[in-house]
Amino acid sequence: MEKFVTLSAIAAALPEANIDTDKIIPARFLKTTQRTGLGKHAFDAMRYLPDGTENPDFVLNQQPWRKAEILVTYDNLGCGSSREHAPWALLDFGIRCVIAPSFADIFFNNCFKNGILPIRLPREICDELMGDAQMGSNARLTVDLPRQVVIRPNGEEVPFEIDAFRKHLLLEGLDDIGQTLKHEANITTYEKRQDQAKSWLPTIHFD
Amino acid sequence: MAARTLFDKIWDDHVVETLPDGTSILYIDRHLVHEVTSPQAFEGLRLAGRKLRHPDRTVAVVDHNVPTSDRSQPIEEADSRNQIETLERNVKEFGVPYFPLLSANQGIVHVVGPEQGISLPGMTIVCGDSHTSTHGALGSLAFGIGTSEVEHVMATQTILQRPAKNMRVNVEGTPGAGVSAKDIMLAIIGHIGTAGGTGHVIEFAGSAIRGLDMAGRMTICNMAIEAGARAGLVAPDETTFEYVRNRPFAPKGEGFEQAVAYWKSLATDGGAHFDREVTLRAEDIGPTLTWGTSPETVLAITDTVPDPAQQTDEGVKAQMQRMLDYMGLTAGQKIAGTPVDVVFIGSCTNSRIEDLRMAAQIAAGRKVAPGVRAMIVPGSGNVKRQAEEEGLDRIFLDAGFEWREAGCSMCLGMNPDRLTPGQRCASTSNRNFEGRQGPGGRTHLLSPAMAAAAAVTGCLTDVRELA
Repeated sequence: MEKFVTLSAIAAALPEANIDTDKIIPARFLKTTQRTGLGKHAFDAMRYLPDGTENPDFVLNQQPWRKAEILVTYDNLGCGSSREHAPWALLDFGIRCVIAPSFADIFFNNCFKNGILPIRLPREICDELMGDAQMGSNARLTVDLPRQVVIRPNGEEVPFEIDAFRKHLLLEGLDDIGQTLKHEANITTYEKRQDQAKSWLPTIHFD
Repeated sequence: MAARTLFDKIWDDHVVETLPDGTSILYIDRHLVHEVTSPQAFEGLRLAGRKLRHPDRTVAVVDHNVPTSDRSQPIEEADSRNQIETLERNVKEFGVPYFPLLSANQGIVHVVGPEQGISLPGMTIVCGDSHTSTHGALGSLAFGIGTSEVEHVMATQTILQRPAKNMRVNVEGTPGAGVSAKDIMLAIIGHIGTAGGTGHVIEFAGSAIRGLDMAGRMTICNMAIEAGARAGLVAPDETTFEYVRNRPFAPKGEGFEQAVAYWKSLATDGGAHFDREVTLRAEDIGPTLTWGTSPETVLAITDTVPDPAQQTDEGVKAQMQRMLDYMGLTAGQKIAGTPVDVVFIGSCTNSRIEDLRMAAQIAAGRKVAPGVRAMIVPGSGNVKRQAEEEGLDRIFLDAGFEWREAGCSMCLGMNPDRLTPGQRCASTSNRNFEGRQGPGGRTHLLSPAMAAAAAVTGCLTDVRELA
């Protein structure tokens, strides 16, 4: 996983609540066995017209937002399915940071696993950042993860919260399986204890 | 010890270790795997040279992509075939128990798990699918995870999580005629909203919930995710134990009695703290359906479509208008009488034998309206066989319904079962998002009985008029 330390990039505003994972990547594109290559279908229904050409009204089809790496939306971003194809599609498009007043839980988790930083900020601040994002090629926000601030084009710094463990994994680009396996002895101890306490618990074997 | 909720007890019982920042390593008893969200996880294991820690706590099945038509024929769609074949190679390589396409036990993972006794009360259960919340109906902590987490569970049999907050939704009283678990759950989502449960695990309680059979409880917990919750739970009781008893992979004999004693100890203690509590009266809930493109946009079948002009927030107003335009509805129109093109009875929400019986009761002796395509997709091969033993297939076929093979089908249109642009569908599934059942498709979520009523009248109909 790529590290996330600081990001200074074009931000795009999608002023909608409840942008669901079907909207981020429709189910018919989930038939891949790869993590990459989904960027061209990110926001497919919004991005393309029925004849397959680009919808010129959609922000990510316009300059400079075709190069957006930060997305600002309203509440409950990523609701719906658990498909990690949603953050994969965003990442493949080039998005490294998503900012919203609230996120659906699974999508929020999935972002971290892919080096995408999800930031919760109050609705009023999201409105201000969306205003910043309208400033064309000046629509640059800077995200400073070590200091936990978003820096607006006017220099104002907006602080944000993040779990210490997740921050550590992002800053170092660490795979959390490797981290958990450092605790393997404790997992084995737990399993032995559980096998005794719940001896009735079946394991699954097919003949 | 302080009074604890059902969720607290299952959680505490599965914490391997809590890290300094409050994240816990949570042990996972069952990992359910399907073809869509697993290939990249297996590939990750392979690339890192890691083993799958517990194939004996893992079960795989194909459901999302599979055709629901004649299975003696090869799968036509190359990318679907590839995903299924990839799963078959992976389960072989990693030794995972697997229900293949042609197994009588194949079906939707959230139907198969409980049906086989693979999912049991008190367990932690995960699957790379958000509707894993279904299994919470057994009184297990069950939630959907992303593919990176699938790989994490494969490698470690654990997951990294912070404890959720506790929420309780009580539904008290006796549901009226024509009101099933689906109507109750749609009413709950309408009441608390699609983000109403975010960060919470919802325990469903109250006399109306306790009165539901297991299929009804699964319908409720299935859609906990549509209320934004991490998981849904119903406390295990005699209904649960009778359901689990004698399932193929459930404990037997003395083991079963030990298990029941443990499961009984899991009920929420009196005085346990809930961060949020909501109570609905079952008598206030009528046959319910959605009008928009979010599961929270619900109304009673007797209602009219809401008017954006009555909203004060400009953003909400615009979003409502967009939904009306997408759905081809007009503010103020009566929802009943709206013509439908397709009826889909199936999905992990409503494809169990009890659901099919409710639909058959309405379909019996009637005919699918001219011009309507109506399909029944049983949740598993076992559900299909049982329905055929009960003669339900004859009722449906005589009425003009399609009687299909088990799978996720038109819930999400990953297989050929898809809406075409502009088609309106009365669907027993769980999501009415734009394009969910096919690009441009219009979905109304409703109960199996209401779906059958729409099939035979050709329009959204108050099922009570057909009773």
